[in-house]
Amino acid sequence: MKLLSAIDMFGEYILLLKKVFSKPEKRRVYYQQTIKEIDKLGLQSIGIVTIISVFMGAVITLQTAYNMENPFIPNYLIGLGTRDSMLLEFSSTIIGLILAGKVGSNIASEIGTMKVTEQIDALEIMGINSASFLILPKIIATVLFNPFLTVLSMIVGIVGGWLVGVFTGVVSTQEYIDGVQYAFIPFYITYALIKTVVFAFLITTISAFYGYRVQGGSLEVGRASTQAVVMSSIFILLFNLILTQLLLS
Amino acid sequence: MITVKNVYKSFDGRLVLEDINATFEKGKTNLIIGQSGSGKTVLLKCIVGLHDVDSGAIYYNDTRFDNLNFNDKKKIRQKIGMLFQGSALFDSATVEENVMFPLDMFTSMTYEEKLERVNFCLKRVNIINSNHLYPAEISGGMKKRVAIARAIALNPEFLFCDEPNSGFDPKTAVVIDQLIKEITEEFNITTIINTHDMNSVMGIGDKVIFIHNGKKWWEGTKDNILDSDNKELNDFVFSTELTRKIKGL
Repeated sequence: MKLLSAIDMFGEYILLLKKVFSKPEKRRVYYQQTIKEIDKLGLQSIGIVTIISVFMGAVITLQTAYNMENPFIPNYLIGLGTRDSMLLEFSSTIIGLILAGKVGSNIASEIGTMKVTEQIDALEIMGINSASFLILPKIIATVLFNPFLTVLSMIVGIVGGWLVGVFTGVVSTQEYIDGVQYAFIPFYITYALIKTVVFAFLITTISAFYGYRVQGGSLEVGRASTQAVVMSSIFILLFNLILTQLLLS
Repeated sequence: MITVKNVYKSFDGRLVLEDINATFEKGKTNLIIGQSGSGKTVLLKCIVGLHDVDSGAIYYNDTRFDNLNFNDKKKIRQKIGMLFQGSALFDSATVEENVMFPLDMFTSMTYEEKLERVNFCLKRVNIINSNHLYPAEISGGMKKRVAIARAIALNPEFLFCDEPNSGFDPKTAVVIDQLIKEITEEFNITTIINTHDMNSVMGIGDKVIFIHNGKKWWEGTKDNILDSDNKELNDFVFSTELTRKIKGL
């Protein structure tokens, strides 16, 4: 029964996407909407991404340092460990999970509230494809802007690791920089950005889907918001596994 | 003119509308009345296409509306204005942006032309100096009037109002009713109002259709109601002791 329900929901999700990716009524209005969404979903996430990345980089540096007590292991590996951890996993997946919470709940509650207050009906009555008008600009905004957040997270995380490493004396500046530059594989950045784009699409569409199917009142909007975050997070982890196997194997 | 022919509608096997036939005339305020749960909102949503009918037909002038595809429906919907029970103004847009929205989407007017039209519509509903306020900053009555201004922005041929004065004090309710009636006559619109407010019925009911248990039970004018011997209609309209005394029941 649960399987049938899941298949049914997946079908609804695909039908919603079909509605979303249809020809926009007026490109200029969609463009303006996309700019607003970039501000709301992207620019306004810079703060939280920066704070989390600094602390992630710092903690990775300290944990690596405290687990390398063998004198034969060079200190520059602390920088290398921080860099690869940030590039491969933290700046894409962990930031993806954080954004699923922040952006996902925002999208689900905004669309859900519009649904229960008949604002979506008002759009439909005017002859506007409400799914496309509300969701497509959000998808474009996050798919375009989240890669910048990921790159920002990588830079800030590595800098955070360096600051804490030097401040606590576990690694010198020169050793840390040597580690960051050692055996650098540029494809890791491509891998992280591919994951980010996929996660952005998942967060936006799954959250919009849960918001769009709300029926009832504020209680249901809250429930949809929670479901959106939970499902987005699960799918981020699932696709993280799939993409890692596909891209790094 | 809007014509409804043999319309049936059910939800999960439960019949909500049964063999509804009605004609709504141009330049008149056509009222659909009935108890809560009688099916009047479903009928209104079927007429505007928010619900698909199970069988039967809905005509806008001579065009059959219910079996049109999305793009053809869109052409008719651009001639429709709708006033929702909760106003359904866009929370993130100002009063001016709300009224300008249909003009942005469906006209190629310049900003100055659109602003002139917005100010005309707002003035027509007696809203002045509130262009830059958000819906959260204005009263319920003002929201309703802004929603009317948005509904008439594109010079609609058809106007639908779902419980336009529910939740208002009697004086504000009369103001809203009179405004709808004046606009209907001034712009020669086919207006359909869904209500269970007896002051509205007796004040502006050029044509009244009474829905009872999903069926059209009675049809006439506000004057006919006073003479009607239809038991269910009388039970609904003259439900208070005072009105029953006046009617002599």
